[in-house]
Amino acid sequence: MSIPELVCPAGNLPSLKTAVDNGADWVYMGLKDETNARNFAGLNFDASHAREGLRYAHAAGAKMLLAINTFPQGQGAPRWQRAIDNAADLGIDAVILADAGLMRYASERHPQLRLHLSVQTSATNYEAINFYQENFGISRAVLPRVLSLAQVAEVVKNTTVPIEVFGFGSLCVMVEGRCALSSYVTGESPNTRGVCSPAKAVRWEKRGESLDARLNGVLIDRFAPGENAGYPTLCKGRFDVEGETHYAIEDPSSLNAMALLPELVKIGIAAIKIEGRQRSPAYVGAVTRIWRAAIDAHAKNPGHFSIQTDWANGLARVAEGQQHTLGAYHRKWK
Amino acid sequence: MKISLGPVLYYWTREALMEFYSGIAESGVDIVYLGEVVCSRRHNLRLDDWLGLARDLAAGGKQVVLSSQALIESESDLKSLRRIAANGDFSVEANEMGAVRLLAGRAPFVAGPHLNIYNNETLAWFAKLGATRFVLPLELSRDTLRELQAARPAGFETEVFAYGRMPLAFSARCFTARHHNLPKDDCQFRCLDDADGLALKTREKAPFLTLNGIQTQSALVYDLSDSIAELRDLEVDILRLSPQSHDMPSIIESFRERCAGRPGAPLDSLRVAPPCNGYWHGVPGMEYRTAN
Repeated sequence: MSIPELVCPAGNLPSLKTAVDNGADWVYMGLKDETNARNFAGLNFDASHAREGLRYAHAAGAKMLLAINTFPQGQGAPRWQRAIDNAADLGIDAVILADAGLMRYASERHPQLRLHLSVQTSATNYEAINFYQENFGISRAVLPRVLSLAQVAEVVKNTTVPIEVFGFGSLCVMVEGRCALSSYVTGESPNTRGVCSPAKAVRWEKRGESLDARLNGVLIDRFAPGENAGYPTLCKGRFDVEGETHYAIEDPSSLNAMALLPELVKIGIAAIKIEGRQRSPAYVGAVTRIWRAAIDAHAKNPGHFSIQTDWANGLARVAEGQQHTLGAYHRKWK
Repeated sequence: MKISLGPVLYYWTREALMEFYSGIAESGVDIVYLGEVVCSRRHNLRLDDWLGLARDLAAGGKQVVLSSQALIESESDLKSLRRIAANGDFSVEANEMGAVRLLAGRAPFVAGPHLNIYNNETLAWFAKLGATRFVLPLELSRDTLRELQAARPAGFETEVFAYGRMPLAFSARCFTARHHNLPKDDCQFRCLDDADGLALKTREKAPFLTLNGIQTQSALVYDLSDSIAELRDLEVDILRLSPQSHDMPSIIESFRERCAGRPGAPLDSLRVAPPCNGYWHGVPGMEYRTAN
């Protein structure tokens, strides 16, 4: 039984350091532009911080991943290609790519550069994953958060590409890389600009006693006094369907698959990914420490794994919406 | 420009589908995409039924393409996909990369709207794999299309989604079943109730999205009928019209007239909802800009 690697988010240098200090095997980051899917103001790395982060990770025996996981448009690829060149020059351990044209570029120009298939590639089955392996020699694939545990096992069984799955963090209810809801409302999407429901399109309006959250004018939710007013990610609002108002697409809950750790190890998952490059260093530190402890405890005594109370409490404190779900791993979620 | 009819995205009864396609057979549409692309549980027509329909339409002079499912999750999904890819008679529209693996180097195929062909290099790679036509991803603008067109290989066809509620997102979750508080595995096929999808409105009752099983669509109807001249100037080969439950032959006829340079019947009374065309103009998809 192999021990899955722990892959942790680094939105900036302090997060990267705390992830490494708390036991991440890999840290993943992005550049300060639209070449990555968390293109948020105040987030991400310039070249000098990337270099410093890489030194820090390598000194501790950890590896660093650069996410270049948006889709260049039209003639726009050279900018993304330069990001790949820079990653290779810096000695980044692997790049996470979503666009096939970029994978082709990277595999031809930098054959030594390790490629990971981004979740944004929407590869949900082994035929797709094996195709990317045959064409570009990918070393790992990250699965979209839409498969049940049995379906994940089926993928692992039918490919030699090591498989990475999401273990914790904010939950995309749509197949990643196949969602244009954000650009429908705001003109910017994860695929085109690396953003979803961007902050610049959000407007909060006090309306009598209640508080309205709007995205480019569209009412995403309306909060009564005392209700916890979460960020208006457009698929997590309350809407009216046939006269009934509810979370018609998804509740504001986050993914926590820790209870499935023994099964994930058993089916041969190579790595577990923590979501949250947009979250604080405190979040990254806490989640990394707890998942490190859980993975180590399971490796030491696989037959007797149980979730410690302080782990559960620690994760609950940082979860979005304070509510957890097993997501699609659990068939009932669907 | 040719006119194509996209796959029916909703779940209709067998009778409704047969009646719909008998109207299509009589219409002026050039290309018909057939098959279930949204949900593997939908079974009113099986592959053999689709193939029978395909043969009838082809005998009547239509070019027929079989569309593959956009989200492939299980071994049984893959089994159906392999049968479609190996059908031998009709070309296939690949809507995810598993289908591309089954088709590349074996048969010419159509690269569907969900394959994320956003840039020139990716377009060139698909052409090398054997794609002979691609459908522009919905969220891309005319400006991006212009760049793609300048780089496309000779003989490679470009198709643009030009009419219909837009398929904007796919999930493993069935939102129709969720609304009816049913598990997906026992959904009772409630999506049969909604011939043009289930309306999702904001809390101010403004139409926003359309739930169609695991697919989420726009509430508004994408409509490029005012941009025909521009589409022709960009050397677009095919305009795709996405089916709705009523008046489809009239909508096809209106587009045909417009493609021939005549005014064509107004679409206002034929659409299931007001129009939008923001993506084409490089602004939020839900917006509507008048032609310029």
